Amino acid sequence: MAAVSEVARADLRRLRRRRLMESRWILWVTTPVLLLLLLGAWKLYTVISGVGALTVPPPEAVGGALFELLGRDMLYEAAYYTFYSTVMGFIIAVVVGVGLGIVLGKMHLLEKISAPFLVATQVVPKVAIVPLVLLWFGFGIASKIFMAAIISFFVVMQNTILGIRSIDPGHRDLMKVIRAPWWKRIISLDIPSSLPFVLTGVELGVVFAITGAIVGEFLGGDDGLGALAVVMLAGMRTDQLFATVIVMTLMGFVLYAVVSAIRRVAIPWHESSGRVTSL
Amino acid sequence: MSSRTEPTATESSAVSEEGAPSGSAIEIEGVSKTYAADAGPVHALTPTDLRVGPGEFVVLLGPSGCGKTTLLRMLAGLEVPTQGSVRIGDRTLFAPGALTPQSEALGSLGFVFQAPTLLPWRRIAKNIELPLEGKGPGRRERRERATRMAEKVGLEDFLGHYPRQLSGGMQQRAAIARALVHDPDILLMDEPFGALDAMTRDQMNILLQQLWLDTGKTVVLVTHSISEAVFLADRIVLLSPRPGRVQDIVEVGFPRPRPLSVSADPKFGELVAYLRSQLGEQP
Ligand SMILES: Nc1ncnc2c1ncn2[C@@H]1O[C@H](COP(=O)(O)OP(=O)(O)OP(=O)(O)O)[C@@H](O)[C@H]1O
Ligand SMILES: [Mg+2]
Repeated sequence: MAAVSEVARADLRRLRRRRLMESRWILWVTTPVLLLLLLGAWKLYTVISGVGALTVPPPEAVGGALFELLGRDMLYEAAYYTFYSTVMGFIIAVVVGVGLGIVLGKMHLLEKISAPFLVATQVVPKVAIVPLVLLWFGFGIASKIFMAAIISFFVVMQNTILGIRSIDPGHRDLMKVIRAPWWKRIISLDIPSSLPFVLTGVELGVVFAITGAIVGEFLGGDDGLGALAVVMLAGMRTDQLFATVIVMTLMGFVLYAVVSAIRRVAIPWHESSGRVTSL
Repeated sequence: MSSRTEPTATESSAVSEEGAPSGSAIEIEGVSKTYAADAGPVHALTPTDLRVGPGEFVVLLGPSGCGKTTLLRMLAGLEVPTQGSVRIGDRTLFAPGALTPQSEALGSLGFVFQAPTLLPWRRIAKNIELPLEGKGPGRRERRERATRMAEKVGLEDFLGHYPRQLSGGMQQRAAIARALVHDPDILLMDEPFGALDAMTRDQMNILLQQLWLDTGKTVVLVTHSISEAVFLADRIVLLSPRPGRVQDIVEVGFPRPRPLSVSADPKFGELVAYLRSQLGEQP
């Protein structure tokens, strides 16, 4: 009898733990708590170590700088610029990455032949080609869009290839047996089956895109959050530099959240849809 | 009952020897299959002849690995024979030496795979409808037919569920409904009831027999279960492994419709015992 109730209690504990894991609201509690702890540790460090405010400004100084920045148009103009080049570059990356991914996923030989070149576009240090990009696309927004696109395109393409390759052979047989025409196979099998992979690639891609756009802004031109950060650094305003980085992070969060929400809505049948993130 | 020892067995007396080719629903001649594998070629099936008459219920029975799935997949054009020819009705699916199937020959075909192979992103109703899509019936009619099939296999309450929300046996029943929804002429089933419990299995056997009696489809069904084979079959093709070959062909003469109680018939027991001894004789 005792053994039975022991098992039942263990079951109950497991159930409770699962409920806790599956519930979303837990994040609304843990995130602020962890954030506060982090701020506390930061403050403590600046006090104890006696590090200068120019190197690591205390949190309240950064908060003040952020508050001040939020009151100025400059920040919104820069943020909009970065947002715009990120989104444009990201859209290009998704279109090219998914398109190329489908083609390469279907044609094994072509993928094999082109693999060294595609990998080469990835292993070449992107920051090193920024001068070239500036030369070709100028200091305007085109070079930022290009950077965002080239940095995020690969992960989208790779995931699309993986998605096309991961289609269950049994499902392919099924489509043959019901004699579905080629377009029906694409609509009813290829696309929905590879969608979880593609969307994971897209979700990762948006994070890469914002990185690409900011790197482009760091190295050329006067617009965007990246350029703003450079200005802050030159003016020795470390507190404002920190504040700018926080704005970049928030923007990344927003973009990621939007794409991630799209993924969950688009594939409600998939196991991953219950999860908050695929990262 | 006839027992043959040669590696290939021809059709039984139920189908006339010199009948026109159009007399059979499925006709295979000298069909063999060798898979190329890393560890060397695998002779899945040695040259085999078999004729299945229109409206006949043929069961392929044999132990694991004797080439049942291979044979069935060749009949569906999913696997290319290494040798030999396959004809469906009066059309050629595989001419000798052909590298691709002539799929037009298949007409309408229902196939139940060994695994349910439902599309996980479609709800059960949409899964059952799949073979009807793009083939004529409108949205309304598709849904009606899918609902009717779901009722037949006892899934009417699960039309709105995703496959992962169903048990393995329920998924397999959905797959059976899908295979039948477009009313195919030929039904090929690869261990369709392997995942079901004994009671559900009996029910499904009764249901399948009834569907077959009502529609007169040609059925080729693969099973491991001797009693299932005897209950359902007009003819049992006994296969033996390594290399896969037809060991024996047995006629089953019980009148239709067969009730489950037919298994109490002494002749039923004799047949089961005979088949078991045949299967046991394998090297
Ligand atoms: N794609 C393949 N590549 C290589 N060998 C294969 C392949 N498919 C089947 N075989 C081999 O062919 C033989 C027959 O396989 P098959 O799947 O037809 O057996 P089966 O009678 O359906 O068995 P089971 O009852 O276990 O489903 C086996 O030895 C198997 O290893
Ligand atoms: Mg099999």
